[in-house]
Amino acid sequence: MTSMTMIQALNSALDVMMSRDSKVLTFGEDVGYFGGVFRVTEHLQQKYGAKRCFDAPINECGIAATAIGMAAYGLRPVIEIQFADYMYPAYDQIVSEAARIRYRSAGDYTVPMTVRMPYGGGIFGGQTHSQSPEALFTHVAGLKTVIPATPYDAKGLLISAIEDDDPVIFLEPKRVYNGPFDGRRDKPVQPWSKHPASEVPEGYYAIPLGKAQTVREGGDLTVLAYGTMVHVALAAAEDSGIDAEVIDLRTLVPVDVEAIVKSVTKTGRCVIVHEATRTSGYGAELTALVQEHCFYQLEAPIERVTGYDTPYPHALEWEYFPTPPRIIKAMRRVMES
Amino acid sequence: MTVRRANAFDLHVPAPRARPGDKPDFSDWSFPEPGDTPRPEVDAPAAELRDFAYGLIRVLDLGGSAQGPWAPRLGADALRRAMKSMLLTRAFDERMHRAQRQGKTSFYMQCQGEEAISIAQATALAPDDMCFPSYRQQGILIARGYPLVDMMHQIYSNRLDPMKGRQLPVMYSSKKYGFFTISGNLATQVPQAVGWAMASAYSGDGRIAAAWLGEGSTAEGDFHAAMTFAGVYRAPVIVNVVNNQWAISSFQGIAGGENTTFAARGVGYGVPALRVDGNDFLAVYAVTQWAAERARSNLGPTLIEHFTYRAGPHSTSDDPARYRPADEARAWPLGDPIERLKAHLVGLGEWSEEQHRIAQEEAIEIVRAAGRDAEKVGVLGVEGAHEIGSMFEDVYKDMPWHLKRQREEAGA
Repeated sequence: MTSMTMIQALNSALDVMMSRDSKVLTFGEDVGYFGGVFRVTEHLQQKYGAKRCFDAPINECGIAATAIGMAAYGLRPVIEIQFADYMYPAYDQIVSEAARIRYRSAGDYTVPMTVRMPYGGGIFGGQTHSQSPEALFTHVAGLKTVIPATPYDAKGLLISAIEDDDPVIFLEPKRVYNGPFDGRRDKPVQPWSKHPASEVPEGYYAIPLGKAQTVREGGDLTVLAYGTMVHVALAAAEDSGIDAEVIDLRTLVPVDVEAIVKSVTKTGRCVIVHEATRTSGYGAELTALVQEHCFYQLEAPIERVTGYDTPYPHALEWEYFPTPPRIIKAMRRVMES
Repeated sequence: MTVRRANAFDLHVPAPRARPGDKPDFSDWSFPEPGDTPRPEVDAPAAELRDFAYGLIRVLDLGGSAQGPWAPRLGADALRRAMKSMLLTRAFDERMHRAQRQGKTSFYMQCQGEEAISIAQATALAPDDMCFPSYRQQGILIARGYPLVDMMHQIYSNRLDPMKGRQLPVMYSSKKYGFFTISGNLATQVPQAVGWAMASAYSGDGRIAAAWLGEGSTAEGDFHAAMTFAGVYRAPVIVNVVNNQWAISSFQGIAGGENTTFAARGVGYGVPALRVDGNDFLAVYAVTQWAAERARSNLGPTLIEHFTYRAGPHSTSDDPARYRPADEARAWPLGDPIERLKAHLVGLGEWSEEQHRIAQEEAIEIVRAAGRDAEKVGVLGVEGAHEIGSMFEDVYKDMPWHLKRQREEAGA
């Protein structure tokens, strides 16, 4: 075991998979010699050579499309879209092609590719470096969507994503790359080394896709979250004095409905937290799932705490993304109704 | 001080030479003569090949005689085989177009007038080279010997459709025959072909990739992505732009054809580009062989513009009489690819009118027999052709819980 940041854990996952399987290669903008703008692919070119870790032209459509061709050939490409906000030029290739090739060819061709994308705000990145586009992928049949919240999960889930025989969208919460940011404005972010989930095995291990994790047990209400918002939800639970159960979904599609149902059945109350815009966001899907499965166990309406339905505002990001006080307000409303 | 002139601009919206009711007239067009274009060495640097993007490589003159350095050495047997594949493709198209009109399927797309491109290229490529076609390269499957009846099963979406009734007719897929699953989203296959070729280069297996797209879809960003990546990584790939003059109802000027050739797109990427008479079987074969040899020698990609004419409608949903002269195809100055290869073979003494007539009848009979077999299995809309539950398969390798639940909901 070594203490790793999420960046180091992701790097370790790529390193482990590239050493185990010569079919694994990685490319993207600034990914090669430089090791990526967030350093996730650092040293991989030096270790595995430029043919297995290389720079790509600034053309996300081309990055996704060539990876699809490589995957159809039989390789397992891992591509980096430098910011999830840059994904839109690749969207047709991901949605109409990668997601559908197994289906439309009746299994003749498959696309075992992983699309890594740093997402989310809180870094003063403005509109084009802060978005959370997960719902644009969870809405698409044929894709799996994964979002880790800790270094340990990031490595185990990325390894599973690379080994998966279907295209996996792997969204990385860049606000917690270097420490578990919890949305408390008055407290500095602790480094990962102080967090137990930064203890990461150096070698191979896999965390199965589609399995949530209960990161805080409680009896009063259930908070569903993923990515950065797991840490914000934990801070809210702690600061509120409410005995909240916090579930880190880890995979959005296929989602671990059993874990959700088990918890909400126990607590009878549910708050959903995400950073993405609210309307048609993934929280709407979670709300629907909870009411479909737990309607008669619910003691109160389900609440969503999300980013607002505006573009990401540069100067007002602290007001934009959910923070513990906003989550606590929602928790109180749910407890009181 | 800048003086602005009101009404100084004239927004130019390109218009074709002739519309319905006009007499098609190509008499002002001029082309290089067959045999006039030199054949460069396959390892010539791209910078020395730029002129080829603006010319037109021709081998067959309109009398059927092969001219010049591009004339390939292809034996009479191979030429007769190719002729039979072209006749088979045309007979297949005629029958399936009719089948759609008879209500046996929803949709069909012919490649009438463009047969030489698919068949000559399939002849020039190795059987295991990987093809990323658009929707008008059925000739590749036919030349590679893919069963016609399976193509028909696909078109009829019947019980034996290899695509399980999931795809629009003509969107074939066959890994075994090196034919990538066709997409209705145009040009997406081109950068995928580049990626496949990069993987082949990475793995070192010696196979090359080829992609096809129409001149209209060169306007898509995917084409720019493909050319950029192909040039940057010197991928062993051949990118074929089939310039058949019409993208549904939009003439090639709407895609930029008034300003330059489509082959010239390659120049900006440093990718060698050859422009060829697409109705000239021998010329298409020769340029493809040149590009394939170049790719196999690790010298990277080639762009080929096939200058041809879409003699039929875009699809069964299209009526070209509404936007172009009905007799424009007959006026096409570069003739019909089957007639031109026929004249060549006859001139060589390797073919005759009688042999041609017999081959046409044989092709029609082969297609008719396959059609009978396919229709016995079923045409579109036969109830029970596909289990409802099959709709939920192959979305993922393993069916996740939510699809299992929806499958139950659907009553499967």
